[in-house]
Amino acid sequence: MAHGNNSKEKVVFVGDSRVRKGNGFITPPDYTSYPGKSEAFIPNFLLKEWMVGVVVLVGFLALTIAEPAPLGFPANPSASVIPMPDWYFLFLYQYLKLPYASGSYIVLGTLGVSGVAFGSLLLAPFLDTGSERRFYRRPIASSLMILSLIATIYLTNSAWTHYKAEMAETGQISEDIQREEKAAENKAKGLPTSSATKTKEIAIVDKEDPAMESFKKAGCISCHAADMKGAGGPSLRGVGDKHDKAAIAKIIKEGYEGKMPPQYDNAIAAGLTDKDIDHLAEWLSKQKAEK
Amino acid sequence: MFKNVYNWIDERLDVTPIWRDVADHEVPEHVNPAHHFSAFVYCFGGLTFFITVIQILSGMFLTMYYVPDIINAYASVEYLQTQIAFGQIVRGMHHWGASLVIVMMFLHTMRVFFTGSYKAPREMNWVVGMLLFFVMLGLGLTGYLLPWDNKAYFATKVTLEIANSVPVLGPIIKEFLQGGTIVGAETLTRFFALHVFFLPAVLLVLMVGHFIMIRRQGISGPL
Repeated sequence: MAHGNNSKEKVVFVGDSRVRKGNGFITPPDYTSYPGKSEAFIPNFLLKEWMVGVVVLVGFLALTIAEPAPLGFPANPSASVIPMPDWYFLFLYQYLKLPYASGSYIVLGTLGVSGVAFGSLLLAPFLDTGSERRFYRRPIASSLMILSLIATIYLTNSAWTHYKAEMAETGQISEDIQREEKAAENKAKGLPTSSATKTKEIAIVDKEDPAMESFKKAGCISCHAADMKGAGGPSLRGVGDKHDKAAIAKIIKEGYEGKMPPQYDNAIAAGLTDKDIDHLAEWLSKQKAEK
Repeated sequence: MFKNVYNWIDERLDVTPIWRDVADHEVPEHVNPAHHFSAFVYCFGGLTFFITVIQILSGMFLTMYYVPDIINAYASVEYLQTQIAFGQIVRGMHHWGASLVIVMMFLHTMRVFFTGSYKAPREMNWVVGMLLFFVMLGLGLTGYLLPWDNKAYFATKVTLEIANSVPVLGPIIKEFLQGGTIVGAETLTRFFALHVFFLPAVLLVLMVGHFIMIRRQGISGPL
């Protein structure tokens, strides 16, 4: 159609606008000044690029099959997990832990050094303006980049080493491995393998009972929340499935596995009688999930 | 038959020049790995695009099962991972592809840097490329939260704390991303929206700009 490449063509305007009628959107660049043999992008060159792509694709799929994507346990704000960003953020994460990039120097860390580093990377062509392209003839640009690369690799490595050491110290195993082991165990026993939280809400039994008042008065709600769903401490809805009345009374008097301090004295101080506490324990033991 | 259909469309839409702009051009020898094995370093840009296409396709399939709310997100990912035919493969491709695309983009950036290809007249294309890099990191960051497991939750909490420490803008960025005072339901839907709508849209626009500039300016010459 009317898209010739003849530059001597008379300038033609489109309709009544002042838009010049051009010869296509992009003029193919001329590589005749480059040495060697150039070839057509489609199909000749694309085939070669596809061959490189296939090698990458095979490696990628082999990795995908050999190593399933990790999945841990459902997010639980009260779990104790060592926070770990994805590996390509580790250098930044580790850098912001350095003494002169954290605490009261955090602005130096986030805006100062990181800002300058990423800003100069973004604007590199306007900082390195000489016409020389070979890296060994651009010592400043090249050495700055190599230094940043070394720093990035060093920081990534130390972040990973610290993480591994911390995991070993606290005796933690990565949650995705735990989940897989648990699923395999449950599968062997014929139990459901899912780790997803059950979404069915357990109702409070006998909400109007005076024990509810004692529950609030004795300060239980500061950890177990006014709706008994738990805050700092666990949810008490359905607690009767786990402990009977005697066990609950004992927990109130003596605390629970070092996680909950004894609450008996607090309850007495809040004006509860032994009878109230006994009734509270009885009421809590009635908190069972509907079957 | 095919030619007739093509001609019928071409008569009406004049698609031949578009096709010529996209595909019909020469590639010089110094970037061709068939001529010089070391020219494989020029393939990293194309490979980044290839992995990006894989990411978009696998992501589209993942959204067929993924549910972006805090009650069902984990359960839907677990179901996808353990119950659906090939779900583990598709999620695996998306998970490992996210890392691979960063690796490829990094190698591409290094190639462009050390061959000095960002020099005049290609400065703008470098800037667009860096913006692509940042958008890709943003996609990695927002996608990390979506499985809604502990690792995702606590990493996001830390990330938002870091964002918060930026002077003046920090608290605004944190509130925008978090959508409230805690990392919770609103955070997950915001990250989901950013991950599947906003950032990919920006990514595609920047990619089109990147490619048009390559075609306009041509490949940089041999060193």
